[in-house]
Formats: sequence, C-alpha cells, structure tokens
Amino acid sequence: MTINGWAFTYVADLVKQMTAINLGPGKEYLVENRLAPLAREAGFRDVAALIGRVQASGDERLRRQIVEALTTNETSFFRDREPFTVLRQVVIPDLCRRRASTRRITIWSAGCSSGQEPYSIAMTVIDHPLITSEWSVEILATDVSEEMLAKAKSGRYSQLEVNRGLPAPLLVRHFERCETDWRVVAPVRNLVRFQKLNLAEDFNLPFVDVVFLRNVLIYFDTPTKIDVLRRVREVLRPDGYLFLGGSETTLGLDDAFDRLVAGAGTFYRPRGAGMPEVAGDEPPVGGGAGPRFGTAAPMAARGSAVQASINPLGRR
Amino acid sequence: MADGDRICALGRLGRRCISLLAMVIDDSSAMRLILGRIMRGLGFDVVEAPNGAEAIARLESGTLPDIALIDWNMPVMDGLAFVNAVRKREEWRNITLMMVTTESEQSQIVRALAAGAHEYVIKPFTPDAIADKLALLGVLA
Repeated sequence: MTINGWAFTYVADLVKQMTAINLGPGKEYLVENRLAPLAREAGFRDVAALIGRVQASGDERLRRQIVEALTTNETSFFRDREPFTVLRQVVIPDLCRRRASTRRITIWSAGCSSGQEPYSIAMTVIDHPLITSEWSVEILATDVSEEMLAKAKSGRYSQLEVNRGLPAPLLVRHFERCETDWRVVAPVRNLVRFQKLNLAEDFNLPFVDVVFLRNVLIYFDTPTKIDVLRRVREVLRPDGYLFLGGSETTLGLDDAFDRLVAGAGTFYRPRGAGMPEVAGDEPPVGGGAGPRFGTAAPMAARGSAVQASINPLGRR
Repeated sequence: MADGDRICALGRLGRRCISLLAMVIDDSSAMRLILGRIMRGLGFDVVEAPNGAEAIARLESGTLPDIALIDWNMPVMDGLAFVNAVRKREEWRNITLMMVTTESEQSQIVRALAAGAHEYVIKPFTPDAIADKLALLGVLA
C-alpha cells in the first residue's frame, strides 16, 4: 500500500466533489488497486506519486481519469436475472395495457456502466410478443463516466463478457462476430440512447415509465441517496416501476414508494400505484431451463422451440 | 454445519441432500480436471469421459448425469455427434446439455443449439461464467 491518509482523503474528496460517490474509510485498498494501472500507464512510480502530482498540478485530465477509475463498476448481461423476468412477465404487459393509446414506453437505465444492462433491457423488449412494430420503446442509458459510455455505445464485448449471464440463444440472435469480440446488432443498439448524466446533479429528463437504478445508490451517502431517490420519483410516472439492486431498498430513504414482489423479483412503485395484474405463465429470459429443472417440454416440441429461439427474425 | 454436512448444488444443506451429477466430456485431461474442480466446488458429483463415444457408453451402462459439459472437438465421437446421439434417445431426454468449447463462430453455436444443446460456453471461461450458465439453466440455486 503506497498511499497514506492525506492521499486517500484527497482522492475521496475529489470523487465526492465530482460524483457525490462516497469513498469511506476502509476503501484505501480499492483506491490502491483501481489506480495502480493508471499510475503505471501514466509513468508514475506508484499510486502515491500519481496522487501527489495531481494534487500539486491540478491536472484536469488526470483528475478525470482518477475519478473514472474509481467509479466504474463491473456489470454483466441480465445481472441478477429476476428484474428482467419481472420486466418481461409483469411490467411490459402492464404498461402495454396502460399505454395502449400512446403505444409509447420509456425506460431509464441509470448508472448503465458499460451497457450490459440497457442492452439486456433492449433484448427483453425486442423479444417480447406484445411489443409489435406499432410500439415505440425508448431506452435511455446514462452514466457519469465518459469512458464507460463510449464502450457502451460501441456495443462491443469480449468473449469473456458475453459468457456471463447471456443465454446462448440470445447471443446468436442479437449479436454478431466482430473480429475476436461480439457486437450487439443494430436493431438492438438502436433502441438505446446513451447520455452522460451525473445523478448527483439535476436530471432534466422527461417522464419515464421504468427506472433501473441498480447497485448505484450503495455508493452514495444517506443524504445523497434520499435526494437521488426523490428526484427519480419526480421523473417516474405515477404508475411506473423502479428496480433497485438486490441489496438495496427505499426503506428509510423515501416513504413514497411501495415495495412489491412478483415471484422471486422485487420492485418498487410510487405509493398508491398498487400491484399490477400479473401476466400468464411466460417463459423466463433466454432459452429457459433444461427439461429436468424447468418446465419439461416433449422432445419434438423442444426441438422446434430451440429452432424458434435461434430464428434471426426473433418474433414469436 | 455438522461433520459430513455439505451444501449441494440445489442449495440445500445436509448430509442426506441429493447430489446432482455432472459428466465432463473433453479429450483434454487438464480441461476435465479444471471443469471437474469447478463443478465439485458448485456441489456436483462428477464423472468424466474423454470423448463422446465413451460418454455414450457410460450412459448406456446406466450412469445418467443431470448435466453434461461437452467439448466439441474430440476423437472417436465429437461433441455435436454426442448431442445428436443423446437427443435421439427418449430415456435421456432429461439430461441438460451444455457445450464448453473453443468453437466460437456464430454458425457453430447455432448448429449446437439446433442439435439440442441447451447452453453454450466459449473457452476460455471463468468459474463464474459456468455458475451463471448453470443458474440460467435452473441447475444451480
């Protein structure tokens, strides 16, 4: 460990000032690990030397790179699975009923990181039998990191990244090979609009129907969490839906949300919106379970189901 | 946990929990070792076969795995031929089939899924990737 107390405090203050993210005591190892590659690339002896230079010179580029290195977080396709099952089985059917006159749905992926979440949402939307060509579904994906937004916009992922959480039928339907990587195909990419946005600042967004705010609040202190949730609620339609991370809750932060459960999935709605009618027994995300562990299908039907799942047209 | 207790793949704790059986089919002994270790770590019992023909022989002898992890390129009988052979047998319909292979072309993945493989992992992979796929298949709690 090369950094000392003053260096950690400087970095924590910098991150807090630029993103409102809280790096509390005990996170010194995180700072050291995340900044070591940056220090090497920039030609510094160690992390302490990097921080010393930034503090002395105020180098804006390095300040931004430090903040980006400390605030970008790993994600994966269909992370935690249940929110996407709820999206498919509950949220989309309910919104298709409620928005039948406008045929327009807006979904916000807040803190989208490298884009796996908004593209997972897009795949769920594009494969949904109720979302026909008459519907307009916009997925807004925002993040404070320009580096992450650039990667997300490219839609390009490594073999290791597509191995995580992405059912094989969806890989062949919604991705194409791009040298040794895989790239999200245009029809899915075109559903997502990426935008830089700092959750600690005013959003200036139109009303949205669904918000994915997963594993983002955990990095903020309590006053910031309260403020962010309140402003999220103000852009969420009164009959809309909010998804948080598995270990997160609005409890103690915002009493104007109701916590609801559908199957193994938890979601939140503005108080008074109530529980929607649950859709029929739809298949889960992706190819579904093997016959022993999920709904058993006869072998002949299973073969045709597999064929349908790899149909490039994707519509059922 | 008492002596002898373990957490099996279905997330149940106890001495008497029913273990799930994984069959690792790969002509590389190193890969069989790696995958075997991953699967045991996830609570599975593991049997191995160095090619599709020997795997079929094990199935014929009554060793029926809950899941088979299948390499593609193997001597005697390759992974795709194994999948096709398993899919022809009604009594083996409950075996979950997951390719674990270096074959990464889109057309190969389509071929494997069309033949009846349930999932597909491209080498190299991380243990988390295997666990994720098993969770997708409903094999892992």
